[in-house]
Amino acid sequence: MDRLSRSEIIFKTIAHILIGVFALMALYPVVYAFSASISGKIEYEAGRVVFMPKDLNFQVYKLIFDDKGFWISYINTLFYTVFGTAWSMFVSVTGAYVLTKKRLLFRKQFNLFVVFTMWFNAGIIPMYLNYVNMNVNNRWGIVIAFGVQAYNIILLRNYFSAIPQEIEEAGLVDGVNEFQLLGRIFLPMSKAALATVTLFYATTRWNGYFWARILLTDPMELPLQVYMRILVENYQSMIDDMGDLLPYAADSYIYAILVCSIIPVLIIYPYIQKYFSKGVNMGGVKG
Amino acid sequence: MSEKSVSLKKDITPSKIKSDYKVINYLREIKVDWRLYLLLLPMVVWYLLWMYKPMAGLLIAFKNYQPNLGVMGSDWVGFTNFKTLISGPFSATFWRAFRSTFLISLYGLIFGFPIPIILALFFSEMGNKVVRNVAQTFTYLPHFLSEVTITGLMLTLMYHGEVNTGVLANLLYQLNIVPEGTKLFQTASYFRPLFIITGIWKESGYNSIVYFAAIMGISPVLYEAVKVSGGNKLQEIRYVTFPGMAPTLIIMIILRIGRMLSIGYERIILLYNENTYETADVLSSFVFRVGLEGGYSALGAAAGMFNALIGFALVMGANFISRQVSETSLW
Repeated sequence: MDRLSRSEIIFKTIAHILIGVFALMALYPVVYAFSASISGKIEYEAGRVVFMPKDLNFQVYKLIFDDKGFWISYINTLFYTVFGTAWSMFVSVTGAYVLTKKRLLFRKQFNLFVVFTMWFNAGIIPMYLNYVNMNVNNRWGIVIAFGVQAYNIILLRNYFSAIPQEIEEAGLVDGVNEFQLLGRIFLPMSKAALATVTLFYATTRWNGYFWARILLTDPMELPLQVYMRILVENYQSMIDDMGDLLPYAADSYIYAILVCSIIPVLIIYPYIQKYFSKGVNMGGVKG
Repeated sequence: MSEKSVSLKKDITPSKIKSDYKVINYLREIKVDWRLYLLLLPMVVWYLLWMYKPMAGLLIAFKNYQPNLGVMGSDWVGFTNFKTLISGPFSATFWRAFRSTFLISLYGLIFGFPIPIILALFFSEMGNKVVRNVAQTFTYLPHFLSEVTITGLMLTLMYHGEVNTGVLANLLYQLNIVPEGTKLFQTASYFRPLFIITGIWKESGYNSIVYFAAIMGISPVLYEAVKVSGGNKLQEIRYVTFPGMAPTLIIMIILRIGRMLSIGYERIILLYNENTYETADVLSSFVFRVGLEGGYSALGAAAGMFNALIGFALVMGANFISRQVSETSLW
């Protein structure tokens, strides 16, 4: 008995310390980015900003908020996130609901049809050619052609199948049709799963970069991630030449932009956190 | 009723009539249940258009693709594109990318795989639920940040220029881990460690969720049993915790091996540059650079297909072996 409790105490102590270290490391870049974005040029360039901000200065934020391009890309990202998530949810929820029905013809094949894409996809080039061929080069194209994920469909399907069959049968006896069954019984009973998947889709949309950069032809339609990346690319080639001339540290500007993209994630994060640790597990990985 | 009539005629009718009956029955069922099939339609159409149609486009890997002729109009060339990859003008880059893909995955597996497991183990030791939740919330956070954000952070934190130097670059200089003034993301030999650390930083916390759930699912009675027989903490982990989470571990290993060759191209493309191609260029970024930016579509498609097929074989293989050895498998 004694031996165990002693080894247990040692182990628990180590566990707490290492978890503390890891949690701090996970958070540090984000905190630091914020601190560096609001620190003064002299303090920053002398390398004296290590954790907390020094010589508070919000001028880079003023610069960003006065930048029209920033707001356009921000609004574009909101557009992609709201409509994209709604579309992804519509396709996934209806599909997942039908996949739970035992009487569905070729049910196994339809399941495989979805799951197969988790293990094999055509790859960048054929997909690119397909998008070009289908004229996916504008806002609605990005909303419609992207964002449905097999993993999320499976997650929803598994959640729907857990709803007792009797409830469904009772509904059918009352003469309720499939649409009403889904809308009035299944959806209200699956709020946790719907919230989880909605948030998964929303973060994916918010974070989307690669295809938007490749496919969108109109600069006015670029999302925030693309706008941010272009800034990062240009800035590093530029600051060595003119960093001295700026009234703020050039890095502060980049950090501030990154912070602006992180903040919405931080705002919805507590809600995600509430659901997703449950959601991730209930989905399982089995096809 | 209709089923009965089919089975009655089974012995006396040719199979064609039987299959006609089958189709008619299907149609009848769909007609009665049309709402169900209508609900299924968006998903099926979406997958056909955006996932399966491009698979037909993989044919260009066997063609001399001319953009003006399209995928179907271009001439067949058999395995020429694959031969060009293996021994043509791009072969050196191709094999380098193949090697890098394999090595980065392997290092990622060796260094990255155990960390979420250790985290989960430690989380399960935290008695105070509030403290644990806070710690978990912190460690999951990087997972939800975009690739552009985390790579932007990394590039700036590790940057060294005439005017500004990132705080992590400074730290590494001061600890003498790298020589003063090294441009970290411009030096080939530092790319792989930095890339793997970025991945560990972003995903370890989030990946610990599955293991944590597995540990939480182990019956407390088993731990009691070890206590009663006088075992210490390490024995407890060895004989209860690990066997308890073994199925999850095996599934995760299968998933990891299955994805060996599909390193996310986004992060690579966002972090690498001409100076680091030597160690950073993997198959997916090779496909992107040569096939998309360089315009060698057919060659890119061939390389992508090569990558995807090996990846697919790896999943199947890992799944098969695990089913033989442990009765745990993905399907």
